[in-house]
Amino acid sequence: MKKTMLWGIVGLSVMATSALAGEGDRVKAIKDRGELVCGTSTGTTIGLSTLDASGKWAGLEIDYCRAVAAAMFGDPDKVKFAPLEFKNAFAALQSGSVDMLARAAAWTYTRDTEMKFDYAGVYMYDGQGFLVKKSLGVSKLADLNGASICVSAGTTTELNLSDYFRTNSLEYTPIVTNSREQNLANLEAGRCDAYTNERGGLAASRLGLSAPDEYVILDEIIAKEPLGPIVQQDDPAFRDIAAWTLFTLINAEEKGITSANVAEMATGSENPEIQRMLGKTGDFGVKLGLANDWVVKVISSVGNYGEIFDRNLGAGSPVKLARGQNELWSKGGLLYAPPVR
Amino acid sequence: MATTSVSGNSRAPATAAGRLLATAVANPFGTLVVLGLAYLAWTLGLPIVDWAFVNATWVASDRAGCNPDGACWAFIVNRLPQFAFGFYPEAERWRAWIVLLAPPLLLLLAMAPDFPGRRRILVVGFCLYPIAAFVMLAGGVLGLAPVPSEKWGGLLLTMVVGLGAFVFSFPIAILLAIGRASKLPAIRLLATGFIEFWRGMPLIAILFMSVIMLPLFLPPGVEFPRLTLAMIGITLYSAAFLAEVARGGLQSVSRGQSEAANALGFGFWAMQGYIVMPQALRAVLPGIVNSAISLLKDTTYVMVVGLFDLLNIVNAALSDPAWLGLATEGYVFVGLVFWSLCFGLSQVSARMERDAERNQSRTPSGERKAP
Repeated sequence: MKKTMLWGIVGLSVMATSALAGEGDRVKAIKDRGELVCGTSTGTTIGLSTLDASGKWAGLEIDYCRAVAAAMFGDPDKVKFAPLEFKNAFAALQSGSVDMLARAAAWTYTRDTEMKFDYAGVYMYDGQGFLVKKSLGVSKLADLNGASICVSAGTTTELNLSDYFRTNSLEYTPIVTNSREQNLANLEAGRCDAYTNERGGLAASRLGLSAPDEYVILDEIIAKEPLGPIVQQDDPAFRDIAAWTLFTLINAEEKGITSANVAEMATGSENPEIQRMLGKTGDFGVKLGLANDWVVKVISSVGNYGEIFDRNLGAGSPVKLARGQNELWSKGGLLYAPPVR
Repeated sequence: MATTSVSGNSRAPATAAGRLLATAVANPFGTLVVLGLAYLAWTLGLPIVDWAFVNATWVASDRAGCNPDGACWAFIVNRLPQFAFGFYPEAERWRAWIVLLAPPLLLLLAMAPDFPGRRRILVVGFCLYPIAAFVMLAGGVLGLAPVPSEKWGGLLLTMVVGLGAFVFSFPIAILLAIGRASKLPAIRLLATGFIEFWRGMPLIAILFMSVIMLPLFLPPGVEFPRLTLAMIGITLYSAAFLAEVARGGLQSVSRGQSEAANALGFGFWAMQGYIVMPQALRAVLPGIVNSAISLLKDTTYVMVVGLFDLLNIVNAALSDPAWLGLATEGYVFVGLVFWSLCFGLSQVSARMERDAERNQSRTPSGERKAP
């Protein structure tokens, strides 16, 4: 009896160590599997991840995952999406059942340190804002003193709301519910004066109101919500691939490389940095363990950052969110990628 | 009127309206209650009818094309294939159709008038369904193109998970129930421990552990589809509940039955199979169907592990920019589908109980009681 138990423990620990030994080589694991597993939102975040009528995924998160798949395999379809609810997303990444998370989960100190994750950059600078009825005549946050405010339970937005109103000695009544639909219904029925959430989410939510034009999103934000791809700390090479895929999308927009002209630029461009990026000279791809023309593959399949944003959240989408902070640094935004040198 | 009063003791008027009036006069309080309820039904029901039918839009290409005063069923109509099959490839949909239609057909057969062999078809049909459905959907054999389980979704997934878990859990449950009633302490403890463990855990926790935490302990490179892991979790969970239902049935069978079987030289398994279990399961039929219904509804928890059953695929579709703000229509639709399935199940259960009663009264033991 004791002996069997002993063997059982030995067996378990062998399994555990082999699982541990497997860590640290995520790039190899992904290549062996033949596809990337990307943890995304559950298809309910307009502009970030949604399902269309034919069952295809679309959105900023989706396009980023497809870009990484294109970088690693030369094929944007070699990715499997694992839609995860917020409360399970981190555990799924920790257990290794997904390779990375590209879902609305803001970069915070605790997630980066205590949870032992790495953020491979920021693909969307979001912030917590307020959606209010135009007829209320509210133009700045101070006007919301004494207002009732709809907010989702158990989120960082709820905590940020209470922090902000307390530090600015403003009064408010929280109307707490569990879902976006309930919050929007409460706002429309006048049970609350304002609804607070990430600005990107608010812009999308507004579309679902019966009279979207009667509502406005205030300019001020009360908390930073930088969204980006999250990876485990087990394989620095994979983090590099995730980070440089994002940098490349941004650099491509800066250099004017689009899905339409990337093939032509790959052969015809005289700009030395573009030549390096697109693999005409140097070994930008090889050093990342990728094909040397990986950027051509990425840009031709999903476009540069500007195209992705436009298609999902910007002018080319129903959301019509302004670029704002998600504009290139050279145009007054925060997007800044290191040079390819 | 005069003609009816011939019967003497009854002075009730002949026409229905007359009878109604007489009852109303005789019972003024009842009349008030009826009128009040009718008024309520009218005021509450009329807007619902207006919304769901009169002002409803059935054909439109986006929400803007819908009448804002009524339900926008066009959303459901447009997305119906997706709600039914999830991401199942269009060229292979005929396979999904078969898998989807088989359970309702079996249910209809269960409600049909009796004919020779009907029960056999039913039992074999339901027992084979999960395996046949898996082979049919997954493909890779018999010349069917393989379709990975990530592509299954919608009502199809609800059906496969609900029925599959139920059928697979049934034999496990019976073994557990027999084990729990066993005279051997080791078997009894094992069965009891299993039941208490799986019954005591919330289904969400089970799903979470089986799909998200299990990969931690698997050697690298070994990966199971999420659906398989979720199915195993749900099956064991359902087995623990069913085992307790079956145990209730076992306790209702008197000791005399098994003692008589022993006396006639029946072995243990023959006794269980021919004498005890048939009586036990018949006694707890409503409980079994109750478990099946609650299991069917519990399948919606598979969202936790990123599978898109009917509820969750509708939930995701609610965020389609072209159809925003139609949560009511979506949830009403899901509610109706689940209700019809569960109602069908409960009708079948009622029918089986009636049949069982009739059979009972025909058996010799029933006759012996009579004189």
